[in-house]
Amino acid sequence: MTEQLSGGDMLIRSLQDEGVEYIFGYPGGSALHIYDAIFRQQKIEHILVRHEQAATHMADGYARSTGRPGVVLVTSGPGATNAITGIATAYMDSIPMVVISGQVPRDLIGTDAFQETDMVGISRPVVKHSFLVRDAGEIPGVVKKAFHIATTGRPGPVVIDVPKDTTDPFEQFAYAYPDSVSMRSYNPIVTGDSAQIDRAVDAMLAARKPVFYVGGGVILASACEHLRDLVRTLGAPVASTLMGLGAFPGTDPLSLGMLGMHGTYEANMAMDGADLVIALGARFDDRVTNNPDKFSPKATIIHMDIDAASINKIIDADIPLLGDGAWVLEQLSTRLTQALKSQQKSALKDREEGLKSWWQQLEYWRAENGLNHNLQAQADKPILPQLAIQSLYKVTGGDAFVCSDVGQHQMFAAQYYHFDEPRRWINSGGLGTMGFGLPSAMGVQMGNPGATVTCVTGEGSFMMNMQELSTCLQYGLPIKIINLNNQALGMVKQWQDMQYGGRHSQSTYSDSLPDFKTLIEAFGHVGIKVVDATKLDAAMEEAFSEANRNRLVFVDVWVDPHEHVYPMAIKGGAMRDMVLSKTTAAESS
Amino acid sequence: MRHILSVLLENEAGALSRVVGLFAQRNYNIESLAVAPTEDTTLSRLTLTTRGDDSKIQQIIKQLNKLIEVVRVEDLCDGDYVERELLLIKVRAEGDARQEVKRTADIFRGQIIEVTSATYTIQLVGPSNKLDAFIRAIDDVSIVEVVRSGVSGISRGGAS
Repeated sequence: MTEQLSGGDMLIRSLQDEGVEYIFGYPGGSALHIYDAIFRQQKIEHILVRHEQAATHMADGYARSTGRPGVVLVTSGPGATNAITGIATAYMDSIPMVVISGQVPRDLIGTDAFQETDMVGISRPVVKHSFLVRDAGEIPGVVKKAFHIATTGRPGPVVIDVPKDTTDPFEQFAYAYPDSVSMRSYNPIVTGDSAQIDRAVDAMLAARKPVFYVGGGVILASACEHLRDLVRTLGAPVASTLMGLGAFPGTDPLSLGMLGMHGTYEANMAMDGADLVIALGARFDDRVTNNPDKFSPKATIIHMDIDAASINKIIDADIPLLGDGAWVLEQLSTRLTQALKSQQKSALKDREEGLKSWWQQLEYWRAENGLNHNLQAQADKPILPQLAIQSLYKVTGGDAFVCSDVGQHQMFAAQYYHFDEPRRWINSGGLGTMGFGLPSAMGVQMGNPGATVTCVTGEGSFMMNMQELSTCLQYGLPIKIINLNNQALGMVKQWQDMQYGGRHSQSTYSDSLPDFKTLIEAFGHVGIKVVDATKLDAAMEEAFSEANRNRLVFVDVWVDPHEHVYPMAIKGGAMRDMVLSKTTAAESS
Repeated sequence: MRHILSVLLENEAGALSRVVGLFAQRNYNIESLAVAPTEDTTLSRLTLTTRGDDSKIQQIIKQLNKLIEVVRVEDLCDGDYVERELLLIKVRAEGDARQEVKRTADIFRGQIIEVTSATYTIQLVGPSNKLDAFIRAIDDVSIVEVVRSGVSGISRGGAS
C-alpha cells in the first residue's frame, strides 16, 4: 500500500528524496504546516536565519561551493519579498536554487489577504521558472521538476509557491516521488555541435595570438579539468572573468588573471591584441568588453555557451559552440591533441614561433604594468587594502574559500588572491549584491565543514546583513571575516573622485560607524582591530590560529581611505584603454 | 522590419504573463497579440507582431525559447504565410454619409453587422495593412470606436 501523507509532509519527503541536506529559512504563518513537517523529521537540517535575504545567499553560497542546489524556505508576503534580492543574485550568476515560499490559502488568493503577495509575479523576471501549487497531489511532481530545471542546462533559481491549504495536515494523499521528469518544452542540451568543434580546432591551429576568455560557465559545467587540458595543449594565455576565477589555476604562468573593468593590464591588452578569442562560458558582459564596437578588433571569435541566447547577443561569434561545457571542452581538447599530432613539421614550427613572439609580448605587458604581488608593509603609512589581501593569501596558503561582498574590496580580492581551484571564489558578479558576503560564507561553511572559509568585506557591505552574526553563533560557524574598513562606500567614492570632481555625495559616514570589535564581541565572537601595517600579518595569523579554529573572527582592518582600484577601464574605450594609477588618471582627465 | 511570431505554449495559468513580461523586461515591443487554445487543449497558440532588425528578432526568439512553457517559436516571415486580422469599427452614418460609408465598406468587402439610425458597425477581415487602409478611407470625424483583434497568421503549404 502506498504511503498516505499530507501536502506539508509530501513537500519535506520530496526534498529528502531529492537528497537535500539543508534548508535555509525563516518561518511564518503561511509556512507553519511545512515547518511542523520539518519538526517531525530528522533527515534534513533547517538553518534558521535572521532575515530571508540571508537565507537565499546562504543557499547560494552552498550551491556555488558544492555544485549542489541550495534550498530556501520562506513564508508568504514579506518573507517572499525579502527573498527576492537573493533570488535575483542567483539568477544573474546562473546558480541552482529552489525557493519554496508559503502562500495564503487558495480561496484567499487575490483578496489582498494578510501577508499576501503575488510571489510568482514578483519573482518572474529573476527566476528560471516558477510554480504555483494548484493541488496538493501535484507537490512531489512539482518538486521533482523544480530541481530538474534548477540544475540542468543553464542553471538558475526556481520558485515553488505553496498555498497554505495545500499543506493541510488533515488531508492526506498517496505519496510517490517520481523517478524521472519528462517535459516536452524543456530539453537541455547535453552534447554540442560536432562540425563547429572542428572549425574551432582549425581556428586554434591557425591562430598565432590566441587568448582564452574563461567565464563562470566552465565552473558551472564542471569542465575545469578539460579546460586545463585544452589550455595546456594549445599553450595560450588565459584571461578570466570575475566569475571564472579558479577555473584555470591563478598561479599558473599561463594565467593572466582577471580581465575587464578592473582586470590586469596584460589580460586586457591580450584581449585587444589577440587574433583569436576563445570565449568559454562567458557572456561578453559590459564590465568585460567596455565598448563592444571596439572589442578585440583583430580577433576571430569562438564562443561556447549552453545558452543560445548568450551567443551573438553582444558580440557576433565567428564560430558558435552551443553545447554542454564539459562535452564541448573534452571534444576540443581531444581533437586539438590529435590535430597537432598530424600536423606537418613546418606548420608546427611556424605555429610555435608565432606563439613564442606572442608570449614575449605578453610577458612584456606583464612586466610593464602588471600588479605587484610583493607589496611591503610601511610603518608610517596607512594599510593598503591590497596588502591586506596579500597577507590573507599568505596566511591561508592560498587554499581558503573566499566569499566576497561588493565594492573595492571585491576587486582587490579578485586581483590579489590567486585561486588555483574552482568554486573557491564566491561573489555576486552579475547583480553585484552588497550584503552577499557573510551569508554566502555561512552557506559555504555548511557545505564544506572543516574547510577554511573567509569573508572579504567592507564595512558598508557588512552592515547590510550583519544580523547573521547571531545565526553564526547558533550553528557554530567559524568564518573568518576580513573587513577592509575605509570608512566610506569606497567604490562609489572612487567614481565620484574620478568622474564627479571629488564630490562625495552620500558615500561617507565615518563619524557614525560602530566600533566593530565591540559589536562582534556583543554577538559572542572574536573581534580584532588593526590599524598599523606592520601588525597586519600578526592580526591575520591570530585570526587563523589554532586557538580560534572554532570561533568566528572578525578582523577590522583600517585601510587607506584614499586608495582606488586600478587598472580601471576608460568609459567608452577599447579594452586596451585603461587608467593605471591616480597619476595617469589625473593626466587623462 | 515587422515580424509575425507564432508561439506554441503550454495552456497553463501564468504562461502568457511570462511571454508578455519577457517583452517588457527586455525592452522589446509588442505591436499586436492574439492568444487562444489550439485543437490540443493543453496548448495555446500565441501570435504576436513585433519590429526589429534580424539580430533583435533572433534574440527575441532565443529568449522566448528559454521560457520553460514555450514549446515552439516560429517567425512566419521566414517563409510564405497568410495573415488575417479582424476589425470591428463603429462609424457615424447620418444623412449623405450613410450611403458614403456603405459604399466604402463594400469596396473593402466589409460587412455592416449592426445598424442604428445614427451609426453603422462594420466588420472587416484582412491583412493588417488592408484594415489600416480602410480606417484611413473613413473620415476621421465619423469614427466612433475601433476594435482590432490583433494579427493571426499561418504558414502556407504542407505540414512543416
